[in-house]
Amino acid sequence: MVIDLDKCTGCQACVVACKAENNIPFSTPQEASYGREISWMEVLPLLEGEYPNLRARYLPRPCLQCEKPPCTRVCPVRATYLNEEGLVAQIYPRCIGCRYCTTACPYTVKYFNWKTPKWPEEMEGSLNPDVSVRPKGVVEKCTFCHHRLQKAKEVAAEEKRTLREGDYVPACVQSCPAKAMFFGDLNDPQTEVSRLSKDPRAFRLLEELGTEPKVYYLSEGEWHGIQHG
Amino acid sequence: MDRMEEDIVLLEPLKRTGKGFYLAIWILFSLMVWAFYAWTYQLRHGLGVTGLNRPIFWGFYITNFVFFIGISHAGTLISAILRIFKAEWRRPFTRAAEAVTVFSLPFGVGSLMIDMGRPDRFLNVIKHPQIQSPIIWDVCCVSTYLLSSCIYFYLALIPDIALCRDNLPHASRPRQMLYRILALGWKGTERQRERLEKIIGGMSIFLALLVVTVHTVVSWVFGMTVQPGWHTTIIGPYFLVGAIFSGVATVAIVMAILRKVLHLEVYLRKAHFDNIGVFLLCLTLLWFYFTFAEYITTIYGGEPSHMRVLLSKFSGDFAILFWLMFLFCFVIPLVLLGNRRTRTISGIVVASIFINIGMWLERFTIIIPSLARPRLPYEPGTYFPTWVEGSITVGCFAAFIFLFMLFTKFFPIISIWEMRESREKTLAEVGERIRSYLPQGAEGRSGTT
Repeated sequence: MVIDLDKCTGCQACVVACKAENNIPFSTPQEASYGREISWMEVLPLLEGEYPNLRARYLPRPCLQCEKPPCTRVCPVRATYLNEEGLVAQIYPRCIGCRYCTTACPYTVKYFNWKTPKWPEEMEGSLNPDVSVRPKGVVEKCTFCHHRLQKAKEVAAEEKRTLREGDYVPACVQSCPAKAMFFGDLNDPQTEVSRLSKDPRAFRLLEELGTEPKVYYLSEGEWHGIQHG
Repeated sequence: MDRMEEDIVLLEPLKRTGKGFYLAIWILFSLMVWAFYAWTYQLRHGLGVTGLNRPIFWGFYITNFVFFIGISHAGTLISAILRIFKAEWRRPFTRAAEAVTVFSLPFGVGSLMIDMGRPDRFLNVIKHPQIQSPIIWDVCCVSTYLLSSCIYFYLALIPDIALCRDNLPHASRPRQMLYRILALGWKGTERQRERLEKIIGGMSIFLALLVVTVHTVVSWVFGMTVQPGWHTTIIGPYFLVGAIFSGVATVAIVMAILRKVLHLEVYLRKAHFDNIGVFLLCLTLLWFYFTFAEYITTIYGGEPSHMRVLLSKFSGDFAILFWLMFLFCFVIPLVLLGNRRTRTISGIVVASIFINIGMWLERFTIIIPSLARPRLPYEPGTYFPTWVEGSITVGCFAAFIFLFMLFTKFFPIISIWEMRESREKTLAEVGERIRSYLPQGAEGRSGTT
C-alpha cells in the first residue's frame, strides 16, 4: 500500500469505510477518551513547526503489515502470524488475550476487545457477513480487507487466471475521495505501488527498526514528527 | 540440658492458637473473598472493568506478576545459596524463606492468568506453543521453578513432619494421619539422613541456577521487544538484583514478625538480623549501581524515543512514583542500614517495608511508562487502576499471608532437624574447617573444606 500524504485531506472517509467493512463496534466519546476505541485505520493529526509557522498534517495509519513483524514473534500460541500473502493475520479463536503482541508492536496498531462488542439493534442486520465478529478478550487488527482478497482469488480461479492489479482493493483505498491511497502487489515491478514505492518522496515509518513495513508514505521534503513528536 | 526438649518448644504454635490468629485469618479471608468477587466480575464483563487501555495494555497485574516472582527468590536464594556456601547462620530461617517462595509463586503465576483476556484458553499455551515467544520461556521456567521449589521445600520438611508425628499425641486424628502420610516413614536413620542431605545438596545447586534463569527470563518478556526503556541488555541482571533485594527484605519482615508473634527470640537472634541488614545494605548499593548504569546510558545517548520515556519518569506523569521509588529503594535503606545505630531489628524491618514498596513501584515504573510513551508519539496514554485491579492486588497479598499463617499452624516454621544438626554435628565441623584453613592444619587434611 502507498499513501500520498501530500494528497490526504484528513477527511476520515477511510476510517469510516474500514469500520463499516470490518464490523468494528461503535464506541462512545467516553470510551474513546480511555483509549478503548477500536479503529483499524486511524488518521493521526500532527502539527509541524511552531506558531506562526504552523502546519497541520495527517497521517492515515492502517496496520503496516511488516515483513519482519515484532508482534508475531512474541505471540505464545501463534495466534498472530505472517501469512503466505505477506499479511499479518490473527486467529481469533486461538488468541489467549495476553496482549503481548499489542505491547510489542512499535506502531501500536493492534487493538484489544475490552468488552463484548455491541451494535445498535438497527445495525445488527447490516453487519458484513464476510467478516467474523470478534469475541471479548482477543486482539484484532487491520487485515488489508483479507476477505476481499479471498473473493478476488475465487473469481480469478473461476476465470482460470492469476490475480491482476485492481482485482481487489481494501475498503479504505476504495473510499479515498482524494485518491491518496494506492494498493497492489509490491513484488510486481509493473504495478503502480511498486513504482511509487521507489519514488524519491517515499519513506516508511520507523524504518530504522528493521520491521520492513509494506505501507509506504509519500511526502514532499523533510518529514518531521515521526521520531521527535 | 536436654536438647531434644529444648527444640520441642518450636512445636508449641502447633498446639495452641491465640485469638489474634483467628482475627487475622478472618480479615485476610474476607479480603480474599472480596478479591475473588472482583475477579469473577472481571471474568463476566471482560478486562474493560480495569483501567487498562491502548497503549497501556499492561498494568497492575503484570506488575504483581513480576513482584511476586521477585519475592519468591528469597527462599531459594537464602536457603539454597547460603546452604551451598555453608553459611551456618541460615539455619533458623531457611524454612521461613522457603515458605515465602512456595506461597508467593502461585500469585505470580496467578497474576498472569488474571491478566489474560481469555483465561479459558490457557491450555493453548501447551496445545499451540510457539517456542520463540518469551511468554513460553516464562511458562517453562516458572513452572519448573514452582515444581522444584515445592519439592525442595517438602524434602527439607520431612524430618520435622516425622517429629510432629511422634511428638503431638493430642493432635486430632486426621491431623495425625496427615503427618503419618507426609513423613513417608522417616525414622531418622543414618542412611536416610545421608540420602536426604545428598538430594537437598543437589537440588540447592539446581535451584540456585534456576533463580538466575527465572528472573532473567521474566525480564526478557520486556527486554526482547524493541520498546524504549525495555529494550536494554541490563534488564535481566537488573530484574534479578531487584528480585533478590525485595526477596531478602521480605524474609527480614517475616522473620521479625515470627520472632515477635511466636516468641522466637532465642532462635532468631540479633546476629541473624545484623547479617541480613548488612546483606540488604550491599543489595541497596548494588541496586543503585544498576539503576544508575541504566539511566546514565540512556541520558547520554539521548535518543528521542528513549528520552520521552525517561523524562516521563524524571519529571513527567510518573515523576512522583519514580522518585518515591528512589527514596524507598535507595535513600531510606541506605541511611537506616548504613548506620550501626539504626541497623537494629526494627530499623531493618522499616527499611525492608520501604524496600518492598519501592520495588513494587520499580516494577510499575519500568513497565507502564514505556507503554505510555510509544515510539509513534501521537497517542500517549495514561493509566489509573480501578477498584477491580486494586481489590485483586490486595487479595493476592492477603492470600499469600493467609497461606503462610496457616502453614505455621501445621508445621514448625523453624527447621528443628537442621537446628539440631547444627548443634550436634556442624559445631565441630566448623572448627575443623577453620583449622584446615590454617597453615599448621594443612597436613593430612587436604581435600577437606
